[in-house]
Amino acid sequence: METRHVSVTDGDLLLMVGTMKGAFLVRSSPDRKRWDWGGPYFPGHAVYAMAFDGHDGSRRVFAAPESMHFGSLIRWTDDFGKTWTNPEAANVRFPEGSGSSLKRIWQIEVGGIERLWTLYCGVEPAALFESNDGGENWSLVRGLYEHPHREKWQPGGGGLCLHTVLTDGLANGRMLVAISTGGVYVSDDAGQSWRASNQGVRAEFLPDKHPEFGQCVHKVARAAGSDSRLYLQNHWGLYRSDDAGQSWSDIANGVPSDFGFPMVAHPHDADTAFIVPLESDGFRVTPEAKLRVYRTRDGGNSWQPMTRGLPQKEALETVLRDGMTSDRLDPAGVYFGTRSGKLFASTDEGDSWRLLRDGLPPIVCLKVAMVGEPKAPRARQAPERTKARKRRPAARAIKRKGRVARKAGRRK
Amino acid sequence: MTAVFVLPGYLRSFAEGRREVAVEIDGRTVGDALRALFEKCPGARDRILSEDGRIRQHVNVFVGDESIRFLGGLEAEVPSGTRITILPAVSGG
Repeated sequence: METRHVSVTDGDLLLMVGTMKGAFLVRSSPDRKRWDWGGPYFPGHAVYAMAFDGHDGSRRVFAAPESMHFGSLIRWTDDFGKTWTNPEAANVRFPEGSGSSLKRIWQIEVGGIERLWTLYCGVEPAALFESNDGGENWSLVRGLYEHPHREKWQPGGGGLCLHTVLTDGLANGRMLVAISTGGVYVSDDAGQSWRASNQGVRAEFLPDKHPEFGQCVHKVARAAGSDSRLYLQNHWGLYRSDDAGQSWSDIANGVPSDFGFPMVAHPHDADTAFIVPLESDGFRVTPEAKLRVYRTRDGGNSWQPMTRGLPQKEALETVLRDGMTSDRLDPAGVYFGTRSGKLFASTDEGDSWRLLRDGLPPIVCLKVAMVGEPKAPRARQAPERTKARKRRPAARAIKRKGRVARKAGRRK
Repeated sequence: MTAVFVLPGYLRSFAEGRREVAVEIDGRTVGDALRALFEKCPGARDRILSEDGRIRQHVNVFVGDESIRFLGGLEAEVPSGTRITILPAVSGG
């Protein structure tokens, strides 16, 4: 199959679609009516992680193609897929003597405004890596890798994976990661030290249902405009935290099941989030064979099914933990992909849905970014930040270093 | 001692497009031969070995027609002039 490329310009939306057999770059103008498809990139490779970095004029798309035979690494393109880096040495690797070897890259996170020019990736076996030079060199975050809990973390159905990394906008520069199964861990010192943060989250599969750690967290999302509100989809359980992860409250109110994988927060409204419930851990498909996105508008006190445009019979579908995302437009666009290779989009915050494409390989990663300067969203009633964003003292130095490294990277 | 590596299509981009790469081996084992290959084709290393130095689970290495899994792994002996074939295992879906 011939690989096609898309022409992307500033102001476009870019949808990054990772599947079990390659990746796609899909663009649209902000009206989101017509979508142009580029790809497949890395045909035959599973792509569980993709990300876009638009800092400082960069137009870099990262992907983590994984060959069952030849391993996984992070590659990037600065021309929307026409050329990709292919480093000779694997750039994400456990240090010699660690006793670990990389199985899968699950998440690539571009550091937010408080961590400009820093990238993180979450991997299997559960560990966090950091890059301070635009993705060229990566190092193991030892504070987490050497955590005394680590030896007791157990693999879930997807392996022992660190799949969620939140770095932007949390109070006090906090970082948060989620591990299946290990639970939520937070750091208040840029990754030097970590503590389990699972109070209130249950572990249905353990004799002690509320251990300090060991929960099988499937996804965590930060609420818009808040440095303290988080939403969590658990392996059985839906939760909200209003204290940046210190404690969690059950918000499984009016859902057909509290089992599921993705959790997506609205980009502008802290009270709105989206999930796709699944019947059970034993039968991981949409309940009653109806494909329904559930949306809350009140912080999880209630959830409503969004069904218009989605199949409501004979739809035994599964949406995986990174299979749903939202853009930052207003009204917000919401997108999800299924294991059966269907990609749906909503341009009205879930009220109605359109099938963008069918017949793709199983979709395991879906990210969306605005290329270039986004248009300012209309203000919603999002809570104000309680504290001003504080840039780290070294941010300028890191920014300079990152710029130099990125320019060097582009020359390669 | 010499050997000739036969590479699968995926690895040829790290060997200037060549299917076969002849190496001079300082030693007598498959591990020694691979070290010689990686000197010539550094990009092949992390595709054949994981970072703990083991052959990746789904990569097969044959000395002649015999898989090294049955010959002692990386310690398998390599007779001079042997062809060492690297193949992706039959796996996946």
